Amino acid sequence: MDIEGRFYSLTTRLRSLFHPNRVDQEMKEELREHLEQQIEENLARGMSPEEARYSAMRALGGIAQIEQKCRDARGGSALEDFVHDLRYGFRQLCRNPGFSALIILCLTLGIGANAAVFSWVEGILFRPYPAVAHQERLFALAGTARGESGARGLSWPDFLDLRRSCSLCEESFVSKITGSTLSIGDHAETATGSIVSANYFDAIGVRPILGRGFESGEDVGSDSHPVVVISYQMWRNRFKGDPEIIGKMQRFNNVPHTIIGVAPEGFYGTFVGWAMHFWVPASMEETFEGGGYKLEDRGARWIEAYIRLKPGASRAQAQQEISAIAARLETSYPATNRGRSIGLWPLWQTPFNNAGTLLPTLEVMVAVAAFVLLIACANVGNLLLVRSFTRRHELTVRLAIGASRGRLLKQLLTEGLILSALGTAGGLLVAYWCRHALVLLLPVRSGVAMYLPGEIDARVMALSAGICLFVTLIVGSIPAFQARKLDLAGPLKAESSGVVGARERAWVRSGLVVFQVSLSFILLVGAALLLESLEKIRATSPGFTTTSVVTTRVSLVAAGYDVPRAEIFQDELIDRLNALPGVESAAFARETPLGYGTYSSTPIVVDGYQPSLEEQPAVEYNQVSPGYFTTLGIPLLSGREFARTDDESAALVAIVNRTMVARYWGGQDPIGRRLQVKGGWARVVGVVADSKYESMREAARPFFYVPLRQDFVRSPDLNIRTNQPLRGILAALVRKVHALDGNLALYEMITLQEQVNRSTSSQLVAVTLVSILGGLALLLAGVGLYGVMSYAVAQSTRELGLRMALGASGANLLRLVISRGLRLTAGGILFGTVAALAFTRLLSQLLYKVSPHDPLVFGSALAVMVITASSACLLPAWRASRTDPARVLRG
Amino acid sequence: MSKPSDLVQGTLDMLVLKILALEPLNGWAISQRLKQISSDVLGVSDGSLYPALHKLEHRGWIRAQWKSSENNRRAKFYSLTQLGRKQLEQETANWNRVSAAISGIVQLKEA
Repeated sequence: MDIEGRFYSLTTRLRSLFHPNRVDQEMKEELREHLEQQIEENLARGMSPEEARYSAMRALGGIAQIEQKCRDARGGSALEDFVHDLRYGFRQLCRNPGFSALIILCLTLGIGANAAVFSWVEGILFRPYPAVAHQERLFALAGTARGESGARGLSWPDFLDLRRSCSLCEESFVSKITGSTLSIGDHAETATGSIVSANYFDAIGVRPILGRGFESGEDVGSDSHPVVVISYQMWRNRFKGDPEIIGKMQRFNNVPHTIIGVAPEGFYGTFVGWAMHFWVPASMEETFEGGGYKLEDRGARWIEAYIRLKPGASRAQAQQEISAIAARLETSYPATNRGRSIGLWPLWQTPFNNAGTLLPTLEVMVAVAAFVLLIACANVGNLLLVRSFTRRHELTVRLAIGASRGRLLKQLLTEGLILSALGTAGGLLVAYWCRHALVLLLPVRSGVAMYLPGEIDARVMALSAGICLFVTLIVGSIPAFQARKLDLAGPLKAESSGVVGARERAWVRSGLVVFQVSLSFILLVGAALLLESLEKIRATSPGFTTTSVVTTRVSLVAAGYDVPRAEIFQDELIDRLNALPGVESAAFARETPLGYGTYSSTPIVVDGYQPSLEEQPAVEYNQVSPGYFTTLGIPLLSGREFARTDDESAALVAIVNRTMVARYWGGQDPIGRRLQVKGGWARVVGVVADSKYESMREAARPFFYVPLRQDFVRSPDLNIRTNQPLRGILAALVRKVHALDGNLALYEMITLQEQVNRSTSSQLVAVTLVSILGGLALLLAGVGLYGVMSYAVAQSTRELGLRMALGASGANLLRLVISRGLRLTAGGILFGTVAALAFTRLLSQLLYKVSPHDPLVFGSALAVMVITASSACLLPAWRASRTDPARVLRG
Repeated sequence: MSKPSDLVQGTLDMLVLKILALEPLNGWAISQRLKQISSDVLGVSDGSLYPALHKLEHRGWIRAQWKSSENNRRAKFYSLTQLGRKQLEQETANWNRVSAAISGIVQLKEA
């Protein structure tokens, strides 16, 4: 090993990097020295001084070229060149500020769209909980039922058993969203929070900034540990940052809780979509959940949980182990666990929060943003081609004085890098501004803080840098592709317009326009499909009245009512409401259709229906009070509605929907037939029409109703059918409720139409985003087409003049130019149609009753594209038609 | 004009290393020596010598020092490093192999 040699090599490299001028100076001196020695030698041979000098210079050759070659030979020169190119590139940009700004704007839009979408994907799907330790190993845990898709809750005993016996699991914790009414001073407010297992804060590695997290054992017992950790925001806003907050009491759901901790700033809990403001241990679930004491009830599936796997354990391995555990539970507890298993989901597919809802939309957005980027690149490419024509002279001169083509390519790539780096910086800025934009697209709900942040972390930065390099290559190599064709003589001889070069350039430019048109056509089709689908959803009847029905909730659980008191209150309130002028009817229901809550599902046995061996019939149901179907306008097809007399002391009854009749009674009238629900036999007393239950996009499915009194919940939704405006009925309701109990708080009151709109909000997000980006794409494509046509017209004034001189009218030329533009558009639409037929499949998850190949949609996209293209060509065509043959031909 | 037309690529490096193995020299002296020993057959132009010197220095095969020459002028003297000596051995061995093979073919007698 020649350490000395290596070291020497390193020092020369460093010297040429940090002292380029000195190294250069020495090189010049060395060459001058050479010349002088040669001159002396020549003089000694008897040449005249002039001759000696001339001969020496001739022998050495072009000094400038030797110097450049020496620089090239030194390692530092690549960097030197780069710095030089950077400086040169910046000068070029500043020479043409409008042009550069246009390019950077295009790239900023293209890269910004991508960076924003990436940051959403990162912040919502992949790294949704920045404060949580090792979220890359975190998975969502929920129950599943055989023969049904989707996730259900888990029961607390099942969760504990799983935690005890899962060897691949490092930590597991429960985090179940809940709402609460807080009494602050003399008024009540609502807030969202989580019911968690005692290990919650330890498991996620979040330390409260004041006080403590929960201690083990605090999640055991029935309402036995009324302690709460509050969020930083709640501490700041509602408690004014009180430094002595720990140990103080606060009523949550009317139960006094001791505040034991304040979570750190920037921690919003573990629920994608909403910010959590308080955390209570699972032992307090009765206060927040209703439905009685569930910590020892294996049949009560109410919790949502997360699991962090040990390093190196894969999801498949863990799922295998967990399925085995669930199978053992099924054998040990057949009464509650038959047909039940437990599933593991990556965070980005979490079934019980907004990650799952937004996933299809965000998937589509990634593709759409990529399209916009490509369109922006094509546009920039076109702009650069125009400039490369005007720069031909400069590039040729540089070639002529000894720059190699590789060197020229480096220069062009460096210029591309400057543009794309500025565009990326702008794009990241756009992403930063847009990081909370998704929330703006979702409907406002009072009482809950939506929280869907974009996360611009190292991974998003790295992806953006990758895009930047990709753009650099494209943006730099398009003019380089032109430079390849440069010949030394042509441009130097004068501005002779090399015919072949011009034609090839025109071909590339047209190709880019066709590419742009086809991409934006795909986006247009996508946007139109989503729009059409949203229209279809909105036009679909949910099966109940939406306009004259309002819904709200009075939380009796929160107010600490026991069951008998709640029953009296509910009857009393309904009576008083029915007496109000303008109220047609009012009824309670455990859940209002299309609301956020989920229905219970229960295994059923149907008299006279023999299920196959594999089948475990399970149907979802709702608990409703008398007058529910009248209030919601769900048609009663036969039999009767529930009555006040269908109470806890009367025989069990049920009302079924039409699909259930078809499925289990073969379409025959089931009135008087029996149905076993939760162990008791209920008699069917009515049949109602099908309606939508959880989603506007769901297909008709079996569903039944039981009287609220026979399966009581203390905090049902209240529905009121009224001809009064919402504000009026709200005021009246508040009066009536407070007349009964001044401490009660009402949840937000909305019309059922609003409820329907909220349930389709993810469609609305998709439509809005795709439309914005589709519009952007259309604009970029229009600008691209305009640029190409204007340039073509400017280049062929002589030809146009000649045509005119030979008798073409202005109108002829107008038609000529427009038809050329439309030919390009037609090419783009052709490619676009083929590609769209393949790409729109991506959308099928978001579409409702619209085929991804809907001809009407393709037709309207075509119309929009043609109109845009024609208007983009209009100005250049008008200019062409105004060609003055005399002036053009003489010049 | 600057390309060593008949010189096998990379051979110039070997020649320079060989010359410097004998004694440290400055650029002009190297060019004189090249012409002298190869009797101008190789036609190495000074234009290609300097980039080669800078490349060899950059690779750590030769090192440069500013010294005073005989007539008291400052000049850049190049000398061989340990790494360069090893490189020279390698290239010489390589050259011997290749040239032996080529001359073997060239000297084949027609049957």
